[in-house]
Amino acid sequence: MSAPLVQLSGIRKSYGSATDLEVEVLHGIDLALAPGEFTALIGPSGSGKSTLLNLIGLLEPPSGGSYVLGGRETAKLSEDDVTALRATQIGFVFQFHHLLPAFTATENVLMPGLIARGPVTRERREAARELLSDVGLADRLDYLPRKLSGGQQQRVAIARALSLAPPLVLADEPTGNLDTHSADEIFALMRRFNAVSGTAFLIVTHDPRLARRCDRIVELVDGGVAGDRPNLASKGDA
Amino acid sequence: MPFEWVVALRFLREGRLQTALIVGGAGAGVAVVLFITALVNGLQANTIKRVLGTQAHIVIRPIEEVARPQREAAAGEVVMPRVEARAQRLRSIDQWQALEPVLDAMPGVTAVSPMVSGPAFALRGDASKSIAIFGVDPARYDRIVAVGEKLVGGAFRLGPDDAVIGKELAKDLGLSVGDRFRVLTAEAAAPVTQSFFVSGIVDLGVRDLNRRTVYVAFRTAQTLLALPGGASQIDLKVDDLFGAEVLARRLETQTGLTVESWMRTNEQLLAAINAQNISTGTIRTFVALIVAVGIASVLVVWVVQKRREIGILRAMGASRGSVQRVFLLQGAMVAVAGSLLGSALATGMIAAFTKIVRNADGTPLFDVIAVPAWLYAAAIGGAIAGGIVAAALPARAAARLDPAQAIRM
Repeated sequence: MSAPLVQLSGIRKSYGSATDLEVEVLHGIDLALAPGEFTALIGPSGSGKSTLLNLIGLLEPPSGGSYVLGGRETAKLSEDDVTALRATQIGFVFQFHHLLPAFTATENVLMPGLIARGPVTRERREAARELLSDVGLADRLDYLPRKLSGGQQQRVAIARALSLAPPLVLADEPTGNLDTHSADEIFALMRRFNAVSGTAFLIVTHDPRLARRCDRIVELVDGGVAGDRPNLASKGDA
Repeated sequence: MPFEWVVALRFLREGRLQTALIVGGAGAGVAVVLFITALVNGLQANTIKRVLGTQAHIVIRPIEEVARPQREAAAGEVVMPRVEARAQRLRSIDQWQALEPVLDAMPGVTAVSPMVSGPAFALRGDASKSIAIFGVDPARYDRIVAVGEKLVGGAFRLGPDDAVIGKELAKDLGLSVGDRFRVLTAEAAAPVTQSFFVSGIVDLGVRDLNRRTVYVAFRTAQTLLALPGGASQIDLKVDDLFGAEVLARRLETQTGLTVESWMRTNEQLLAAINAQNISTGTIRTFVALIVAVGIASVLVVWVVQKRREIGILRAMGASRGSVQRVFLLQGAMVAVAGSLLGSALATGMIAAFTKIVRNADGTPLFDVIAVPAWLYAAAIGGAIAGGIVAAALPARAAARLDPAQAIRM
């Protein structure tokens, strides 16, 4: 197996600075994600799944431990370097799609590129349209998010997460507020991108049905890794 | 377009009502500032123009004669002299002929006119009126006080026995153009009388001046006032109206003569103008402050409303600096739009004002009331700076948002 994409060792995270009010949410997490891995992160509410996702996504710094992303120790990076790393290495898919309501589907997909690479070019615009067509929205390219259904919005969000072809996509309950049918479609879409472009996915989910379709299942309980097993049954499910 | 511009513009477009309100507010502020400035400038320009219409900007006179005690106190001695101030006789400026070309060549001086002036009586029949004789060279003097423009009859032509007289004096003595009158002076050892033709009648706009002014030829006045070859004062006109006092002080040290600028002789007018400037400055400052606070408060609300979107942008890799620039740009954009709107509004208001507000006789209240280009530029520049300053706080707040927290909302 090649060098891990994500390497967490002894990661701790606590909130509140005063010693008596300090609450530790994650107690020393060791976790490695290989490039192209399709992993489910499960666990009860309050087990620290979202916090862990935010840490891996470089949205918050850990309180302790080491986090190496793509071979770089993130603790040593400046704020701007972290932001730049986040822009190019990680795509996010949130539970409530979190599209920018003022921008059309295409513009939302173009946004990460606009941030990381500057003014939009014709090629990038074409690529964004192609990506949206890929997720089945060829006829919704210039719709504002509020004119799209929940499933369609989540497709736009996936296209946006993939627009810079990051090695890792973090999805926080991406199907959480979708009906079963739409959820299946979204999930299939992520599996397809994983298979085609080798993008690694880390998906937080409550849905055991979906977790079973991932290659690996990591279970978090009370801020610690309680289970980490490969899921051979998932093969051929894409 | 770079990221910050795209997002700032789209956020502004999205919050249409807020944008309209804030731009309207900024516009009203800019319009008020421009309008007040134009109005006050126009008012001042007119006042100054009227006051200086009959005055030289700078007047050079001989030094006043001072009486000195005849004996200085020696050591250990106390002298209690009684020194009376001297009566100032009419005198000529020393070497004025040498001074004139120097003044002519001086940068900033646009006109130089030597003059012989003194008291006299105008006589006609049994009537006598106290007058002041001004002996001038019409071509030179016309550039100091535009007598030619103020004539109500005749011409500003001064032959050896021509006189241009004030309107009131003409009325008092029953004179019209072509009539004769006599002038009596008492400067020489024996009183001198000379007969004059009225070649022109002038309205200087001030009743007292109209009652006393008699312009005669320079040489004629020299004879009448017993100052052969002399000039009792030199009038100057300058480029920089408000630099007149500085120039006057410089001339005084250079020539050793008494030099007075209009700013010294019209101290009250100047004080009034200064007071006006201070009050309009205060109004401007407060209006600018209110506009800035308005922009800031709308942007603060904006940042709160846009928390989630800011979080999303940060998650997608927008740096703190980028987010901060988005809001600074919004402040600047709103200010630019507002100042453009305000400029248009002010131009309209000024046009309407000059059309509607008029003197009783239907003439415009002011001749010049226009906003100079630099004022527009200053208003727009100031508004942009103000908008950015106003946006600084909200922009910082936006940049400091914790993306993880902002997204969770």
